[in-house]
Amino acid sequence: MPLRLSARDRSVLNADEGAAAASAMTVLAAFAEAIGADSLLDVTRAHIDGCLYHGQVNLDFVERLVATGGHVRVPTTLNVGSLDLIHPELMLMRPDEQTSPRRLMKAHEELGCLSTFTCAPYQTVFRPAFGEQIAWGESNAIVFANSVIGARTNRYGDFIDLCCAITGRAPAWGLHLDAGRLGTVLFRLTGFPPSLEPTDSLYVAVGLLVGERTGDRIPVIDGLPPPRDEDQLKALGAAAASTGSVGLFHAVGITPEAPTRNEAFGGRPPAETIDITPADIAAALRHLSTVPDGTAIAAVCLGTPHASREEWERLLPLLRRIAPGKGIPIYVNTGRAILQSLEHDGLLDGTGAFDVVPVVDTCTYITAILERLDGVVMTNSGKWAHYAPGNIGVQVAFGELEECILSAAAGRVVRTAP
Amino acid sequence: MTRLGRFYADGEAAAPALVLTEALSFWGGIEVETGSIISRSHPQLGQCVAGRVLVMPGSRGSSSSSSVLAEAVRRGTAPVGILLGSPDPILTVGAIVAQSLYDLRCPIVVCTIDGIATGDSIRISRSQTGEAVIELSR
Repeated sequence: MPLRLSARDRSVLNADEGAAAASAMTVLAAFAEAIGADSLLDVTRAHIDGCLYHGQVNLDFVERLVATGGHVRVPTTLNVGSLDLIHPELMLMRPDEQTSPRRLMKAHEELGCLSTFTCAPYQTVFRPAFGEQIAWGESNAIVFANSVIGARTNRYGDFIDLCCAITGRAPAWGLHLDAGRLGTVLFRLTGFPPSLEPTDSLYVAVGLLVGERTGDRIPVIDGLPPPRDEDQLKALGAAAASTGSVGLFHAVGITPEAPTRNEAFGGRPPAETIDITPADIAAALRHLSTVPDGTAIAAVCLGTPHASREEWERLLPLLRRIAPGKGIPIYVNTGRAILQSLEHDGLLDGTGAFDVVPVVDTCTYITAILERLDGVVMTNSGKWAHYAPGNIGVQVAFGELEECILSAAAGRVVRTAP
Repeated sequence: MTRLGRFYADGEAAAPALVLTEALSFWGGIEVETGSIISRSHPQLGQCVAGRVLVMPGSRGSSSSSSVLAEAVRRGTAPVGILLGSPDPILTVGAIVAQSLYDLRCPIVVCTIDGIATGDSIRISRSQTGEAVIELSR
């Protein structure tokens, strides 16, 4: 069926709301045609993954919108950029290399986007509500919004997220619609003891396995123990969106659209059932680390996706108890608003005794911040461990948060479990 | 030989075909400075898409492929046109953005791609009714 535009859509296309909105609608309509949507729908929020500098075309696109009077129509948050604007001293880039990336971030603000610069917009005051139609970019944010909150977005990216923000519209298709959200493939945890602990590693490993085997289907996970908090679901989603293109998962009895297995599948049987065993979990975690235990480490990277207030509140007591001293820097990526609230509440007082380096507005695996790339970096993030070796060329050890801090203290990869 | 197709991004082109036997992700799969295929697992690794009519079953992978196609069009390292077996939103966006920013066209056409071989001469034009006309000679 051909795309049917509303009267307002057509008027936007006719430049009745300005040249910028018209060009955004042109791109959006072409995209909607190509995916086979038959109409557009209203969105109430957008999150733009356009601040990372890939090439001149990214800057040209945003500058053109600025120059033609573009302005976002709905509250619009920004994903990370290539620079930590709050801590410029951390950036290991020549000033001239920073010019275009900095301008790209600033130009988005000139379009009316909010200077959140975080990949965890769902843990800011701009968190959407259940059922809200939104247009979000950034794979981990998309999967969290859909799965954990029950807001509705497709996987938007390059140019399209911003076109949705400027027009306030998105194609009515896929995960925006009831029928597109039902589970189609079942992942079943089997062979685990009834007392299965909800460790962070378990959630990361399940995410990695689900991402690898889901393809373009919608996974339903059955048998997960109740999570300690939403940060474990955040880690699962981020991992699944790294090894695969998962935009929505259901966890039976845990996520809002899956009170039961039957409801998650809309009463239909799964097209396929895939078992996840303890051996699968162990293998997935083993593959994440590129070095053996005991290897010397150069740094620890936490907060991918950006650490929440709760994640900081788990980290800080561990730091005080283990007292890793100085020597191995512990980078913590987080949102600028969260860092501000920690500072405001005095939670970081006394951390000067440790080498804790808060990083905001960007992330340590996509830009030049780490001082040593020749060493091993330990992380508690499945996403960081998946991408960093390819992106910045480091060796990685994956572990639980506590193992990361123990390893920082020891200067080498240390495990708590046998 | 002539066949008809549907334009997803408008334009005209005439160039030798480069036929890919598998879908390709432009992001991580094409070197934007040269147009060379750099995806290690791709059967046409090392071939160059610049200045050719690229023929492939579809695309795959990250939405960053939109940026890569648009950037390649800007640099002149992109294909001059793309024939696809099935619609591809990511490449369509890249071509539309390049057209809108630089007035440079990389037509994207969905049509039957059977019977096209690398090296065939391909001409893409527009019929009076707006359909894509693909003329093939070898």
